[in-house]
Amino acid sequence: MITEPRIIPTPYVTKPGAIRTSTGKTIRTDEMIINMGPQHPSTHGVLRLEIVVDGEIIVDVIPHIGYLHRCFEKHAEHMTNYQQVIPYCDRMDYVASMNNDWGFALAVERMLKIEVPPRVEYLRVIMAELQRIASHLVAVGTFGIDMGAFTPFLWTFRDREKILDLFEMTCGARLLYNYIWIGGLSHDVPPGFVEKAKEFCSYFGPKLKEFNDVLTYNEIFVRRTANVGVLPPDVAVNFACSGPMLRGSGVNFDLRRDDPYGVYDKFEWEVQVGKGEFGKVGDVWDRFIVKVREMEQSVKIIEQAVAALPEGNVQAAIPKRIRPDAGSEAYVRTESPRGELGFYVVSDGSASPFRVKARGPAFVNLSVLPEISRGCMIADLVAIVGSADIVLGEVDR
Amino acid sequence: MQEYLIGLVGEPLVAYVLMAVVPLVFILVYALVTLYMEMKVAAHIQDRVAYMRTGWHGVLQPFADILKLLQKEDIIPAQADRLLFTAAPFFVFVGTYVGFAAIPFSSGYVGADLNLGILYIVAVSSIVVAGLLMSGWASNNKWALLGSLRSAAQIVSYEIPSALAILVAVMIAGSLNLNEVSKFQEGGIFNWVVFGGPGPVVTKLLLTPFTLTAFFVLLTAGIAEANRTPFDLPEAESELVQGFNTEYSGMKFAMFYLAEYANMFLVSAITVCLFLGGWQSPFGSFMSGPYWGAFWLIAKGMFFVFVQVWMRWTLPRLRVDQLMHVSWKVMVPFMFVCIFAVGLILVW
Repeated sequence: MITEPRIIPTPYVTKPGAIRTSTGKTIRTDEMIINMGPQHPSTHGVLRLEIVVDGEIIVDVIPHIGYLHRCFEKHAEHMTNYQQVIPYCDRMDYVASMNNDWGFALAVERMLKIEVPPRVEYLRVIMAELQRIASHLVAVGTFGIDMGAFTPFLWTFRDREKILDLFEMTCGARLLYNYIWIGGLSHDVPPGFVEKAKEFCSYFGPKLKEFNDVLTYNEIFVRRTANVGVLPPDVAVNFACSGPMLRGSGVNFDLRRDDPYGVYDKFEWEVQVGKGEFGKVGDVWDRFIVKVREMEQSVKIIEQAVAALPEGNVQAAIPKRIRPDAGSEAYVRTESPRGELGFYVVSDGSASPFRVKARGPAFVNLSVLPEISRGCMIADLVAIVGSADIVLGEVDR
Repeated sequence: MQEYLIGLVGEPLVAYVLMAVVPLVFILVYALVTLYMEMKVAAHIQDRVAYMRTGWHGVLQPFADILKLLQKEDIIPAQADRLLFTAAPFFVFVGTYVGFAAIPFSSGYVGADLNLGILYIVAVSSIVVAGLLMSGWASNNKWALLGSLRSAAQIVSYEIPSALAILVAVMIAGSLNLNEVSKFQEGGIFNWVVFGGPGPVVTKLLLTPFTLTAFFVLLTAGIAEANRTPFDLPEAESELVQGFNTEYSGMKFAMFYLAEYANMFLVSAITVCLFLGGWQSPFGSFMSGPYWGAFWLIAKGMFFVFVQVWMRWTLPRLRVDQLMHVSWKVMVPFMFVCIFAVGLILVW
């Protein structure tokens, strides 16, 4: 269903131009161009938005990206080993490293047509879901700051610390893990990990309720976010949005269910979609609540995965130096916290990939920003950018 | 106190200067205390501990902060209007500080015992708007300009409901002099204007709903005038970087900060004087007198400063149009109803 890109009508749209004073004179008014970023507190990194404003009302937004470009794809082609690409994947979406590692590892595994041991599959799911919670906690917490509420941010970071502690326990690192390797994991989880993970699951539920009480259902917060930045489902699909951005618009699509990888098909959980509880479907509040509810679902998945965790090896038997057949290729898409993360890997038979292409969800989600923010206010633009949950490390790669 | 000081130093002029310095000293000490309190309250709301290293539980940290600000380079942007840029923080601070003159800290100490005390405060606090506009324009920064325009719009619109709420208390007390209004509320907590003031029980019961409304409107409008969350749009960090004080550093920035803190106490003190008995003790004649009076006013004032801190670290921020909506479409009509009803009850 391809439709013309459309401008969402909002209550504030005015015509820039002449203003008539009480004496009947006309004053020419002009639009003002403001640079929002790259050092603006709420552009979530180094995004630069060139905004054209009429007073406080946004006439146009032009995103400028590339301030954090690190040549991920070119780097990947120049490694001496496939395994060496994994640390670079870590640095793409640095708040969801585990999911990135998994995406790339899965692509190479498909190319090599190798099966990983069941314990690896379960541990990967546990890690990815813990990472999803951690990533969504950053997203909803910083969104709180964008709305002027500072306290929920520190609460979410307090809870995120618990997850980072679990990761630190597992692989020593707190942000960039290099844990999910091609054919398995760098090493097994330490003793006591399972208990701690269970403890986190029981700890997290009440904390999330507290968070909802103070921020999600706060009257001011709801008024600030409902009916703002409405992204209709057809526009979301046309712009290839994915993840919470797409589901917030009411499109029931999640790669973990619709194109299952790992062992996601073995767990009971539900895909969360925005229902427009306080405003139109696809508004900022919907995108926000989808993330909050996905955290609950992730806890469910972790509980099941931890309970069913099998014993066994954590590394499949693969050659030390991976050399896929010349001409073999694979495209794998996984559901990262931000949406559809795709890796396309082509081999020329050597020990390093011939070509790696990453399809970043945040990059694609960002492209819809000008479309949904015309006609809103500066404060709403901040809300929309916050709800799109972009990570510039992944947008710029 | 005025007579006492004149007797002490002999020269009236010196005595007046001393009188004027008292609120300044108070503001400085109070700002240090509030700085510490704000950080500690915020930390406890946010599940952390805040300052712990400078002195016992970090009590010396406010001094360290001020020392740091004093040492900072005072940067004036190259394209800024130097005169206005330098003058603006003083306008903002002075606009707040002169308001303290008419606040009766106790029955024995009023800086200026004006007949039109409250009117004077409402009038002089408007100087702040000029200062904010100057700072935004002189910074030559678009964020600062947006911040100062928001701030001017906000303060001007919230002056209307706050003035109307003040009018309710003034109608009941029958005076614009804050000291007289405080005296009027003698005789314990139930004689405060918020409970209808001293008078027959029936009148009190009839007045209470309206005075309570006026009290909350005055407090809310006061918070809006002090630019505190949820009405902190002029310096909305996530939208406007730092709003009107984006380009300020060092002591000029500290002046804005001091003015904000002083303003927090000023709006609390006005609310307390008009609705909560001012320097009157809540227990009638028990614990009352000039010294206890100062204690009560500052204690009540500090309580509302605490409430403002509490709100700041709990609530998100409103949007510009919602802010105007709250002022013009909610508070102002409510206050008109209140004034009408209170007038009717008083006449009857």
